[in-house]
Amino acid sequence: MDVNQTLSSYSDWCYGIAVGAYFVAMLFYLYEQAFGYRRRVAVKERELVAVGAAGSEDVADAPADEPVLERNGRAERIGKLAVSLTVFGVALHVAALALRGLATQRAPWGNMYEFGAILCLVAVGTWLVMLRKYPKIRHLGVWVLLPVVVLMFLGGVLLYTTAAPVQPALQSYWLVIHVFTIASGSGILLVPGVVSILYLLKVRKPAWATRLPAADVLDQVAYRATVFAFPIYTAGVIFGAIWAEESWGRFWGWDPKETVAFVAWVVYAAYLHSRATAGWRGGRAALINIVGFAAMIFNLFFINLVTTGLHSYAGV
Amino acid sequence: MIALLRNTWRGLTSMRTALVLLFLLAVAALPGALLPQRSLNTQKVDQYIATHGWWGQFLDRLEFYNVYGSVWFSAVYLLLFISLVGCLLPRSLEYAKALRGKPVITPRNLARLPHHHETTVDATPEEVMAAAKQRLKGWRLAEREEEDGARSVSAERGYLRETGNLVFHFAMLGLIVALAIGKMYQYEGQVVVLANGSQFCNSGTLGYDTFRPGLRVDGTDLNPFCVKVDDFTADFLPTGQADYYRADIEYQSGEDLTTNTWRPYQLEVNSPLRTAGDRVYLLSHGYAPVFTVTFPNGEKRTHTTQWRPVNQLTYLSEGATKYDPPGVTDPAERRKKQLAITGLFAPTAVMQGDLLGSAFPDLRDPAVAVDVLQGDLGNESGRGQSIYEVNQDMVDSGRLKRVARENMRPGDEITLGDGTKISFDGVQRWVYLQVSHDPAQGWVLLFAVLVVLGLGTSLVIKRRRFWVRVVPGEGGTVLLLGGLARTDQAGYGEEFGRVRDDLLAELAPEREREDAVAGRET
Repeated sequence: MDVNQTLSSYSDWCYGIAVGAYFVAMLFYLYEQAFGYRRRVAVKERELVAVGAAGSEDVADAPADEPVLERNGRAERIGKLAVSLTVFGVALHVAALALRGLATQRAPWGNMYEFGAILCLVAVGTWLVMLRKYPKIRHLGVWVLLPVVVLMFLGGVLLYTTAAPVQPALQSYWLVIHVFTIASGSGILLVPGVVSILYLLKVRKPAWATRLPAADVLDQVAYRATVFAFPIYTAGVIFGAIWAEESWGRFWGWDPKETVAFVAWVVYAAYLHSRATAGWRGGRAALINIVGFAAMIFNLFFINLVTTGLHSYAGV
Repeated sequence: MIALLRNTWRGLTSMRTALVLLFLLAVAALPGALLPQRSLNTQKVDQYIATHGWWGQFLDRLEFYNVYGSVWFSAVYLLLFISLVGCLLPRSLEYAKALRGKPVITPRNLARLPHHHETTVDATPEEVMAAAKQRLKGWRLAEREEEDGARSVSAERGYLRETGNLVFHFAMLGLIVALAIGKMYQYEGQVVVLANGSQFCNSGTLGYDTFRPGLRVDGTDLNPFCVKVDDFTADFLPTGQADYYRADIEYQSGEDLTTNTWRPYQLEVNSPLRTAGDRVYLLSHGYAPVFTVTFPNGEKRTHTTQWRPVNQLTYLSEGATKYDPPGVTDPAERRKKQLAITGLFAPTAVMQGDLLGSAFPDLRDPAVAVDVLQGDLGNESGRGQSIYEVNQDMVDSGRLKRVARENMRPGDEITLGDGTKISFDGVQRWVYLQVSHDPAQGWVLLFAVLVVLGLGTSLVIKRRRFWVRVVPGEGGTVLLLGGLARTDQAGYGEEFGRVRDDLLAELAPEREREDAVAGRET
């Protein structure tokens, strides 16, 4: 099976330009974050307090109750431009993966570089979907794209792997199913991880976070994305178990990767339970969500690069 | 006493305790990923203990190298199990009751609900009630007459959410039980088989190189089947990365054992043989150099012993092929004449000076660099020894002496001082097979599927309440609506608005209805 080098280098170019597009989009979001609400910040804060006092349970559901801000026109335009750039980046990102798949004639997520690429793609895609539901969180794009750009940069520079076929253990249709579901679940979970950090900031240090959306909105974005991702991630782990039974001779063997996947799963289960427990909603739940995502990142980097286990393929 | 028990039970089954236990479970599981585990690699554990001194031994005493069988890990999941049961029992009862129950009575003051609306319509109370019931089709409804002449409909939906929730949790319980049963009755064994038509039969634990039984398995009652390995094929990319492994095997089980019928199977990675309730896996492969020793009395012995790869990329391998001199009956004499051919094997030889290295994992230019040792192999010492090494004590004590050192290609021959000839005839491949048995894994899969289905249902379905109150009035019928989301408040605002608009559009005269619909679009 020969690797098509031309397609592979086109894929690399697309990857590079996608990272560039995300980076510029990130700067644009940052501009909007910084200058978008310059004039009426004080008013916004006061009205939000009033809304909260009235006992309204969900601010996001009642856009009419939210203060209509006089937004900075240029920041508004730059914010929209940032979204367009993000979409442009996603298109190239998809192209990068598709070309790598065509070049190697296999699912384009067979090593850590490719896994990071698909994970980030899902994360940005999730962000765009969330943006459609909650248009007012647009300027937070900077905080979502920041880890994406960092991950993709590290992936492209340190973990880059030349396009090649995968070893026999990975030559299975389960590579398509298991790795894709895991990458999707993890990618979606990046968004609530980031948003939960912002939530904690908003709740604990409101003075620093005057430009962030209301805590309720952040909480809902985090919850919705987590609730969507959790069954996908669960299914991904189970697909992994089915594949392990076929490939390694047992469906569960406490391989380091399996163990940390289990730990992360338990933490996210705790997150869902915490939201149904008095005294644990809000800040504590957000903290658990962050811990969950930290476990995912730990599983991706530490377990792959430092420990050795059955999930170590071709060095990474 | 009873109060204490009751309080303990309540404490144990509360959500807060469950949360804490979940955290404990996550924290308790983590060391297994960071410290070497006996179940995965015993050598690494010994090495870790050796290099970490008292700390290593301390961790050993606390069962940190066997996390998932340790007392503390078992305690956490057992407590979680009890907590789960304690939570599920009352919830199931409540669920059964709710299945038969009616939606709750309409609150007196709907305006205090998070979602509410009040308006006056021209339609009669009967028409409004009919329209409401029409719109709320699919919801569970309860219609009530109130004291002051008003009428109301309580509507509720999303009962499946709790169904999914319970399915998920019961499936978790089932999964844990199935796992435990599997741990009792499973077994797993590994064996090296030469790919030259050699056979392996699953008749007892002695046939295995390593065997790990479940708690209730004593190795006397394994599922009978036999495997014959005819050939092994490996393909490598130019980089040396493996691209393809295949063992051509034949097997017999059940009826075939009595009729001695062999069925062919292509055993590949990701494609195990499933037969007789067991699974056979191709784990890895390696090389076995073939040496023929011609003893001074003219007798020949040909041995094909597996050597183990020391480099997984180049398959440079090491090993020891051992011989007993034939025709020597005196044990003392025999122990002076035992032979061992030990050293390195390279499938694709590259010489770095006198040192043999391997450039590629495939058989392109095989060669061996061997030491021939003669003397006492130490087989009678009573201690088991590795088939890959010679007994170093014998070498150190001078009872096993090196009599030759040579680099050989297939066909090469060396002659020892006493006239013994050793020839390197060629190479054969061996495969490392694993046989696994777990009677409960089908159940585990079933419960795992239920876990996902239950989880999906419980997270997608939302519980909603909707109330309609109709009060006959002077200027028309007063219509009061109220809505409450019992779970996942986000999003109910829009949905409430949709139901409200549909209802008002239905009740409004023709022209206004169009406006209402148009209004909703924007």
